[in-house]
Amino acid sequence: MTATSDREQMAYVAAQAADARINVELDTGDMTLNIGPQHPATHGTLRIACRLDGEQVVVAEPIMGYMHRGYEKLCEVRTYPQCTTLINRIDWLGSFANEVPFILAAERLMEVEAPPRAQWIRTILFELSRIANLALFLGDMGVQIGALTPVFFAFRDRERVLNQIEEVTGGRFHPNFDRIGGLKDDIPKGWIDETRSVMTKMRTFCDEMEDLLVGNEIFQARCRGVGVIPGDVAVGYGLSGANLRASGIDWDLRRDANPGLAWDQIDWRVWTHPDGDSFARYWVRLQETREATRIVDQLLDGIPSGPIMAKVPRIIKVPAGEAYVSTENPLGEMGYYIVSKGDLGPFRVKIRTPSFNNISVVPWVMKGVYVPDVITILGSLYFILGDIDR
Amino acid sequence: MTSLLALPYWQETAIKLGLALAVIPATSLILVYLFLFKMMAFMQSRLGPNDTGPYGSLQLIAEAIKFLQKEDIHPAQADRRVFRMAPVVVLASTFLLYVVLPAGPDAVVQNLDTGVFYAMAVSSLSVLGILMAGWASANKYALLGGLRAAGQLIAYELPLILAVMGVVVQAETLNLQGIVEAQATGEIFGFGAIGNPFILTQFLAFLIFMIAAQAELTQTPFDMPVAETELVGGFHVEYTGFRFLLFFMAEFGTAFAFSALAAVMFLGGWWIPGFDVHDNVLNILGPGVMLAKILLIAFFIFWIRFTYPRLREDQLQKFAWKVLIPLALANIVLTGIFKVVF
Repeated sequence: MTATSDREQMAYVAAQAADARINVELDTGDMTLNIGPQHPATHGTLRIACRLDGEQVVVAEPIMGYMHRGYEKLCEVRTYPQCTTLINRIDWLGSFANEVPFILAAERLMEVEAPPRAQWIRTILFELSRIANLALFLGDMGVQIGALTPVFFAFRDRERVLNQIEEVTGGRFHPNFDRIGGLKDDIPKGWIDETRSVMTKMRTFCDEMEDLLVGNEIFQARCRGVGVIPGDVAVGYGLSGANLRASGIDWDLRRDANPGLAWDQIDWRVWTHPDGDSFARYWVRLQETREATRIVDQLLDGIPSGPIMAKVPRIIKVPAGEAYVSTENPLGEMGYYIVSKGDLGPFRVKIRTPSFNNISVVPWVMKGVYVPDVITILGSLYFILGDIDR
Repeated sequence: MTSLLALPYWQETAIKLGLALAVIPATSLILVYLFLFKMMAFMQSRLGPNDTGPYGSLQLIAEAIKFLQKEDIHPAQADRRVFRMAPVVVLASTFLLYVVLPAGPDAVVQNLDTGVFYAMAVSSLSVLGILMAGWASANKYALLGGLRAAGQLIAYELPLILAVMGVVVQAETLNLQGIVEAQATGEIFGFGAIGNPFILTQFLAFLIFMIAAQAELTQTPFDMPVAETELVGGFHVEYTGFRFLLFFMAEFGTAFAFSALAAVMFLGGWWIPGFDVHDNVLNILGPGVMLAKILLIAFFIFWIRFTYPRLREDQLQKFAWKVLIPLALANIVLTGIFKVVF
């Protein structure tokens, strides 16, 4: 349309501008919401950049790296015994479990094997750190959904497990106890009976959590059918641990690829759940905590006698070569790929952490969920920031 | 209104004002200390405050001083006037609620004939303040929290009012004193020694009232507007210091007021069995009886708060519109039928 006069043209432009204004005012565009880096639900510094339509998530993108500490690089300038100090701090809630695959990889390169007693105690401490780690998750999931009480029970009862770990290793959170060729020390007197009573208490704790949360209608309403990850998607994104087992994939490195620890000598089972939703992930971890207490009980019964340290040279030099060892850590598959050039320290260490892969499914699973469900799904995926960023 | 003492209007007003200013903070302090500090700690196998004063009772003073010391921060983008006004609006709605709460035959600030109606109307004013806070904070979390609060409080206002209607129909009055009187003079199948507390005949209404009150007070399981773990505090995320304290006091002051409403309407209020409804002694004993009943009801509110997880917003709306409101309507119909038949 061509304007016939200046005046008409002005009117036309004014009308167009008014239209534009109205359109801007009525525009219900998406809102970008940054969940994190400082947000209680990310328990650390993870950032989820969400595009929201109302309260519905259109796109959610996890952005990590706010706590990157460069452990892979730092390991290169340290000797093998020094590395374990760093490695303790990757998954800080189950520290001892982090040390084991690294030490096992180094042992494989050196062709040393720890004596059976050391392997059994390793396995016990490994399972204890699993219990300590998962116990906190069991309570923390309640907080994510708004129930304040379970997490205090979790902190109370986890302390008992940490006390047992501390009694053996001297470190409550960061034991730094595993050595190439065995362990630093033997278990103290009376520890076995104490641990057994603690395991009974942890089973009571699991029952409490079952009463408080699993049986609760609101908990089920918030978790069942929320954040469903089918088995093939879970495998595709490289999920591991309970997140994978909750999607119905029966896969557990303790059973399938035991790197020499005592799991194959006792009677236990792997728990799976077919649903793949938040509830399944909670349920599987609850059962795993129970199972771990049973594993510890059986291991305590059968600790073999003998030395706790194999014969290794005083100054550890690992022969040249490459090794990858992974174990089923509380969070999932944790593996260390060590390249050695025959020096005092590793030439290159690649750390495969479970949380990094577990969190990669976030954009897929969070499409179309509501903001409150973002929190519950994040909670049920269960990551630890140190484990994502290392 | 028949007054205990014949005083000039201004003196009476001054006394009432002074009392109100003393009572309302005191009520929220009682609730915070008794339930938030001590009961919550007991439930969570913690100790709670125990150093400051006997059994940690002076902790509250310490907290109040802490809040007063803090810097009053406004976000740069905030709408400053609305931002400042919001906590005052919320607290004002709490203060206004106390006007009609009776604690004895004459111990009431203003004995309104439409007391129930007034209480319901005034309690919903707080939505305005919350929405103001959420909008003026210029924060996305606060905005989400404010909008959630608006949706939730409006949805739960309805069952609240409909539940109260049952009581009103049975008592045949909107006056809160009249409701207490109706309960005191009522009879249960000819047995009138304990009157007829409406919790017996209106149990469904009582349940609906308590659930809706839980939502009105934004306590768990209906605390999405606050939702510490997802919205990090919701509408009051940007508030610090004294303004946050105002929100906090309003929350617990309103909890006290709603417990008082429930006590008046369902538990017989200030009346003690064996006394005449207009006995002057009840002006002295009534407040104590009311306090006991209020604490009993508040105990249930906070017990649920510390035990349950939080619902999702859509589940909450579904629950209000599909369960509570039909139930409340059915309750009114039933009450009406019984009223006509008996």
